[in-house]
Amino acid sequence: MNRKPSAAESIATHLVLSAAVAFSLYPILWVISIAFSGKRPPEARVLPLITEPTTAHLTAVVGTSRDGHWIFGQQLANSLVVSAATAAVGVLIAIPTAYALARFRFAGKETGVRTLLATQMFPTVASAIPLYLLLDKLGLLNSRSGLVLCYASTSVPFAIFQLRAAFEAIPVDLEEAAMVDGATRFQAFLKVALPAARPAIAVTALFAFMSAYNEYILAATLLDKEEMFTLPVLLKSFIGEYKQEWEKFAAGSLVVALPVMALFYVAQRHLIAGLTSGGVKG
Amino acid sequence: MASVTVRDLHKKFGETHILKGVSIEVPRGKFAVLVGPSGCGKSTLLRLLAGLEEATAGTIHFDDRDVTSLAPRERDIAMVFQSYALYPHLSVRENMAFGLKLRKTEPAEIERRVKQASAMLGLDHLLDRLPKQLSGGQRQRVAMGRAIVRRPSLFLFDEPLSNLDAALRSQVRVEIRKVHDELEATSVYVTHDQVEAMTLADVIFVLNKGVVEQAGHPLDVYARPATRFVASFLGSPSMNFIDVELARDGGGWVAAGKDELRVTFDAKGFEKGLVAGKQVTLGVRPHEVELFSKSATYRTTNERGAPLTVSIVEALGTESFAHGKLGGASFVARLDAAAQIKKGETVELAFKTVHLFDRETGQSLRDEA
Repeated sequence: MNRKPSAAESIATHLVLSAAVAFSLYPILWVISIAFSGKRPPEARVLPLITEPTTAHLTAVVGTSRDGHWIFGQQLANSLVVSAATAAVGVLIAIPTAYALARFRFAGKETGVRTLLATQMFPTVASAIPLYLLLDKLGLLNSRSGLVLCYASTSVPFAIFQLRAAFEAIPVDLEEAAMVDGATRFQAFLKVALPAARPAIAVTALFAFMSAYNEYILAATLLDKEEMFTLPVLLKSFIGEYKQEWEKFAAGSLVVALPVMALFYVAQRHLIAGLTSGGVKG
Repeated sequence: MASVTVRDLHKKFGETHILKGVSIEVPRGKFAVLVGPSGCGKSTLLRLLAGLEEATAGTIHFDDRDVTSLAPRERDIAMVFQSYALYPHLSVRENMAFGLKLRKTEPAEIERRVKQASAMLGLDHLLDRLPKQLSGGQRQRVAMGRAIVRRPSLFLFDEPLSNLDAALRSQVRVEIRKVHDELEATSVYVTHDQVEAMTLADVIFVLNKGVVEQAGHPLDVYARPATRFVASFLGSPSMNFIDVELARDGGGWVAAGKDELRVTFDAKGFEKGLVAGKQVTLGVRPHEVELFSKSATYRTTNERGAPLTVSIVEALGTESFAHGKLGGASFVARLDAAAQIKKGETVELAFKTVHLFDRETGQSLRDEA
C-alpha cells in the first residue's frame, strides 16, 4: 500500500499533524514567552508572545552564587553526577540479572520476577519516609551517594524487565556458536550477547538517567542544603509561599531541559530502534 | 581430523526420552549424515557431539579421547548452525577470525587463514561487510568460512541449507562436499532432507524416535532398507506398501493381496523370513515398476501384471507418475512418458524388485538386512 496520497489527503494530514504539534508545543511556548518577557504578561491571553524581550531572568538563574560560590553550576553538576551514576549503577546491576533471567532456569526465578514486578506498583512517595530514615541511619542524608542509592533501587526493576526482553530476543545460537568457537560461557556473554544488546542497554541507561534527572519528591525530601540541591529542587524553590518567581522558574526550566534534549538528540536513532527491538524480529 | 564413536547415548529432557541408546561410528575423514523426521533426535545428537547438551548416559569419543563431559571449546569442533548464527555486530572478517582470536592465534596467521577460506568460498569482496548486508547464501558461506578457518578435528552441520531456496541449496550442497574433500575433514551433518542425505553422505544414519534404525552407505540403505520406516523415509516418491499374505506356489512364493493381486517372487535372499500364511507388507518403490509385457521375463512377476487403476497422472516430461489403487492400497508408479497412460485406465504392472516387511515389527524379512 504505497500509493502516493492525493493533494487533499496530504493537506488534511498536514493540518492534523500541525494541530497535534501546536497542541504539544503550546505550553512550551508559554514557558519560553514567560522566560524572555521583561514584564509579567497579563494572565488571560491566548498567544504566548514575548513582551519587552530580555535575558535577565536567564542570567539571574544561571548566575546565582552565594559567597562567591557559583551555586547554579554546583546544582547542575549535582544533577548530572547523580543521574549518570544512577544510570551506571542501575544498568550494571540490571545486566547480569536480566541475562540470568533470560537464559537460565533456576529455583525461585518466577517468584523473583513477580516480586520485582510488585515493587513497581508502589509510588515513590510511599517509600520517601522509610528511605529518609534509612539514609539518616547510614549518614547519607544530603549526599549525592544517598540519592544515587535511592534512585538506582527504583530504576533497577524496570531496567531488568527492559533488558530481559532484549536478551531474550537475541538468539541462543549466537552464544552457542561462540562457545563452539572457543569461548567460555562468560566470554560468550561478554563478546556476543552484550554487544548484541547494546541498543537496548543504551535506551535503558537513558531512561534511568532521565528519571533520576527529573525526579523531585525524593530529592526534596532527602536534601535540605542548597549546595546539594538537584535542578528540580532548585526550580521548585522559585515558587515559595510568599514569593512566586515564575519568570525565573520558566527560564530555569529551559536551561534544565537542555541536557536531556541534547541526549535525546544524540540517542534518538538508538532510542527508536531500542523501543521497537524485541517487538519486531530484525 | 578425528573419528567419532558414540556408545549407547541417552538424553532425557525431564520426562521426555529423546535419545534411547544411540551408537554410531564415523571413521576419520568420512562424511556422516544423520537423517530422520522432525523430533527423531538427530539435532539433539549433534548438540551432544558439540557439547551444547549434556548426555544423560553413554559416552562420546573423538579418536581415543573421551569428550563426553568436556565443554564445547575443549572439543576442537566447528559447527555450522541452521540460523548461521553470525555475530551481528562483527564484520565478515571478524566473524571468521573470532575463534582464532579467542585462541590467541598470531594476527598474521589469522589473516592468512581468513584469506585462504574466503578465497575458497568466494567471500573476498565481502570481508568488510556486516552480516545484515549479506544475502542468505552469502551468510551461509560466511558460517562455513568461520568453521573452516578453525581447522577443527570435526565439522558439525545442523541443517545448514534449510533456509536457502531450492536452486541455491543444490549449489551449496556441492560446495559443502567439495570443502569436506579438500580439507579431508570428518563431518557430521544433520538433515531431514533425504536428497541431501543421499548425495552428501559416505555413511548415513537413519534415526527414528530416538534410535538408529539403520546405518550404512546411502545406496545400500536405499536398496536394502532394514525397516519399513527406513524404506518409507528414503526415496521420493515414497515406497508403496500393500498388505499381502504369503503362500507357496509350486517351488516359489507368492504374495497375494486384495483385488486379485498375486505377485510371484524369487525367494532368494528372503529364505529365513518366509512362512506360508503369514501376513506381511509388500513394499515396491515407484521407480521399481514397469508396464507388464508377456514377452519379457521378470525376476518378480506372475502370468499377468498387477492391475493399477489410475486416478491421477503427473506428467513431468520424460517420466510420468501414475497414482491409483493397487491391491487395495494407494500406489504410485513411475512410468515412461511415452507410455501415455491416461486417467481412469487400468494398467498391468510388473515389479522389478520387491521388499517384504513384518506387519507387526516393521522389520525387513530380507536375510542379510
